[in-house]
Amino acid sequence: METSIPPILNSANSDADFVVSARPTPVPPPQIGHQSAERSLPITRRERFLRRSLSIIAVLGVLGGLLWATSPRARLSKPTEEISSDVPESVQATASRIDAAMLAEIERQELAVAPPADWLTVARRISLALVGNGLSLEEIRVVEQLPESQRIAWWTEYLLEDRRSADYLAERWTRATVGTNNGPFLVFRRRMYVEWLADQFQKNTPFDQVVREILSSKGSWTDSPEVNFLTATLDESDKGRPDAIRLAGRTTRAFLAQRIDCLQCHQDYLGKVNFTDEIAGATPTDDADSTSRTGEQADFHQLAAFFSSAKMDNPFVGIKNSDVDYKIKYLNADEESEVAPTVPYRRDLLPETGETRERLAAWITHPENKAFARATVNRTWALLFGKPLVEPIDSIPLSGPFPAGLEVLAEQFVKSGFDMKQLIKTIVCTEAFQRDSRIPESYETKASSDSELSELEVEEKHELAWAVFPLTQLRPEQVAASIHQSARIKAIDNNSSIIAKLELFGGVNDFTKAYGDRGDEEFTPQTVTIPQRLLVMNGSYVSEHVDNNPIANASSRIAMLAGNDKLAIETAYLSVLNRKPSGAELTAFCDRLHDTRGDARSKAVGSLFWTLINSTEFQWNH
Amino acid sequence: MESLNEREYGCQSLVDFRRRQFLRSTAISTVGLASAGSLTHFAERLARASESKQANKLLAKNLIILWMQGGPSQLETFDPHAGTKIGGEVKAISTSLADIQFAHTMPKTAELMHQATLVRSMISREGDHERATYNMKTGWRPDPTLIHPAIGSVVCHNTSDNLEIPRHVSILSGEWPARGGYLGSELDAFKIDDPKNPLPNLISYTAPEVLEKRLADLQNVVEKEFRRGRIRNLDKEKTMHESSTGRARTMMSSEQIKAFDIGSEAKNVLDSFGDTPFGRGCLAAVRLIEQGVRCVEVELSGWDSHVENHALQSGRCNILDSGLHALITQLQERGLFEDTVVMCGGEFGRTPQINVAGGRDHWPTGFSTFLAGGPMRRGYVHGKTTSELMQREKDPLSGVENAVRIEDLHATLLHSFGLDFTQELQTPIGRPLAISQGNIIKDLLQA
Repeated sequence: METSIPPILNSANSDADFVVSARPTPVPPPQIGHQSAERSLPITRRERFLRRSLSIIAVLGVLGGLLWATSPRARLSKPTEEISSDVPESVQATASRIDAAMLAEIERQELAVAPPADWLTVARRISLALVGNGLSLEEIRVVEQLPESQRIAWWTEYLLEDRRSADYLAERWTRATVGTNNGPFLVFRRRMYVEWLADQFQKNTPFDQVVREILSSKGSWTDSPEVNFLTATLDESDKGRPDAIRLAGRTTRAFLAQRIDCLQCHQDYLGKVNFTDEIAGATPTDDADSTSRTGEQADFHQLAAFFSSAKMDNPFVGIKNSDVDYKIKYLNADEESEVAPTVPYRRDLLPETGETRERLAAWITHPENKAFARATVNRTWALLFGKPLVEPIDSIPLSGPFPAGLEVLAEQFVKSGFDMKQLIKTIVCTEAFQRDSRIPESYETKASSDSELSELEVEEKHELAWAVFPLTQLRPEQVAASIHQSARIKAIDNNSSIIAKLELFGGVNDFTKAYGDRGDEEFTPQTVTIPQRLLVMNGSYVSEHVDNNPIANASSRIAMLAGNDKLAIETAYLSVLNRKPSGAELTAFCDRLHDTRGDARSKAVGSLFWTLINSTEFQWNH
Repeated sequence: MESLNEREYGCQSLVDFRRRQFLRSTAISTVGLASAGSLTHFAERLARASESKQANKLLAKNLIILWMQGGPSQLETFDPHAGTKIGGEVKAISTSLADIQFAHTMPKTAELMHQATLVRSMISREGDHERATYNMKTGWRPDPTLIHPAIGSVVCHNTSDNLEIPRHVSILSGEWPARGGYLGSELDAFKIDDPKNPLPNLISYTAPEVLEKRLADLQNVVEKEFRRGRIRNLDKEKTMHESSTGRARTMMSSEQIKAFDIGSEAKNVLDSFGDTPFGRGCLAAVRLIEQGVRCVEVELSGWDSHVENHALQSGRCNILDSGLHALITQLQERGLFEDTVVMCGGEFGRTPQINVAGGRDHWPTGFSTFLAGGPMRRGYVHGKTTSELMQREKDPLSGVENAVRIEDLHATLLHSFGLDFTQELQTPIGRPLAISQGNIIKDLLQA
């Protein structure tokens, strides 16, 4: 539904611009401090002058600091040409191959396919995946200035260059590799590990290189933050050696998507762990049975033995390489035996020489060890869709079968030199990502043109085949950040003031703690709990963001600045749900806002914000 | 599907289920004009009463954990070794059980020892607060691949109640409250602060009519729009969002919420628990169990006495002693003691050696856990620790007799609820896992 847009207000990039305008004007950079005239004073008054000057400098310093802390930096006001809105050919080609593979599977199942979603819905998905919240009104207004066909590519590129996405990706991979525990006192600095990872994502360091650096890291946990992967498992009782068993479990799950933890204690009598010497280029399922074998207890411990070479004798030196020292008493064995490090499959890819952990890192990230690419692709897919291609996220059988799209993406990821940003852009470019999460009853689809249109109804199988975009519950930090961002007209990003960023950081942390952090299991489906609903319905976090607060809250700003009810409702919907209201919604809420003025109007828009924030639509990705 | 275990034991039996259903339906039909909240409240109490009376076996039904976060010193509480090299400033006092002494810091609880079981030989392999807390609360050492459920969550998972309030509650919970782990976040403990304060998030900050308008708009306008073109039973089959909103709304106006309100208790009862958040938490725990809540955890933190051990531990004990004594007394007076297991302890104990700062450090080999109520044995002390300092420091386990591993304590507690802890549950990592890997310590249970 189109809404008439009132003239632009006469203040550059004010909230009013974003409320009423689709074309905000650039904001001048903030002026920090000012010059004042000086006059000379008689020498006899020098001391007094100096004292006064120092006082003035001190006051100015404090004021300047405050101004600096509260001032936003130069902000995005229009789509900059430095950010490309073109989709690289290789990305488009890979996406097309994935689309073809997925569509073939959908047609085989004779399923209806959802139409493409509108650009704002897709943009919200990208934003949730890369920075953890929906779009701000400011961002919507900026992206709106581009032709619709360029918006998604530009927005993806823009966010991938934004430090927020590097930080957010880093936190997700940190959870997968070291978890969420505080870890051992002093020798583990989780924050430094996250920042190091974020730096790598920001620079788009090839992901295989990142993983090699993590696995073979040495030095102190402060000078070499990647070492925290190892020191996170240090225990008082381990005599300076990181816990090789925990490291082996983490490594195989995060980087190879192999769940072999059960082999820690016994052979695989359930037939859940199979190893195959898969040959590069061969179709994995062709002769999988002839080459695969079930896992043995030794497989796990031989992998763990690689990590026994890490040792910390002196905390000031940190982790250094040492001799392998790994003994285990296998189940039903009478005595302990020494375990030499080796890998459970494709031993031909394991370098024969080199430092122990470096050899393991080289094997894991070898281009022909496809498990590494599949594991990374699957986790990245989960980040963007809210659920992985293969569930559970860290268990992909080496010998397949693989879902449509996985192998194409994995191959391209290897070919691209493990380019994480290109992988994300490719997934975003797929039809699966850009499909709607619902199927209109009257929609005639590609795959079901012969179907009875009136019988179309979304079922679980549509989601499983990616014929519709799957509904997934937002993670706690996404709920928190989305609430906060929806209540601010402008985006809270790296250009925001320090105070705005601290407010977001603290608020998200507190809310996530109260809501219940999912910890390492953040891609495991969970149901909403009653305390979680109570927290959003009645908690102070939401009330503080929707109450009448003309300085901070978007609801109050919209109530003041929107010229009519219709515009107020539409802007509120854009801020919270990142979409415009339907006709029925507009009618219902116009009734609520009708004839309201002043505080009453602000409260009415606040109520609308509360209602939208408490909806399934807000708290689910769709 | 109902397991054999569920059929066999207490409140989970089919017979009992029918009785409870009958009682509920009878209550509802008899008092037809009363409010829905009162009906449920009344019926739940009747159902609980029936559970108590019909039990053929002596089984626990409820669990209260008094969680001493930080590592209480066994030497300043239940295992004093007064007058020895390791005793420090502690003095020993007699208890109601012959030949058993407590530290002088626990005089009231000492009077109840004849009704309790004391384990003086708890051991674990975790010396870090976070890991040891996880270990003690779940019965499992931390595993990077899996989050195990806390014992309260396991008990709730294996029982069913028709309550309008949460069945698993954590009072004054600190950094690591009880979690549902792989059993699901719906079994996470419902966290509350000092019971003198209103419950968190239960009261709408808007006027009732505003809330009702908002909820009506939510359901009739926004949710209706979102349902369009999606799975037919979106809420039931997929999101549970709308139904959770409804249940949250029910809880906001439930009569059962009064169980959290300790203000209605007589002054002498309130005073007996001590005028502290922990004391009030203990009283709330009694009221919640009385209402039908299955598991309550009450936390008292601040036991990490690396410096000035004796003063710090004495201060904590003063609070604990009043709360624990009053809790057991009230459970008895309200007829809940036989159904309710009370466990009091922390993640580890403290070193026999006093350090240069007058503190004691972490000591996971030979610390104490206090148990009472339910089928736990009355007037029994299990295990022993030595007073010999050198022997303990060199080989800590050599100074512990009848050592009880944490997993064994968990197995025993779960067994006391009639739960088959060897049953394997499917975990999210695709690995079937027993509820507990421990062994039952039969000595801790009544014959």
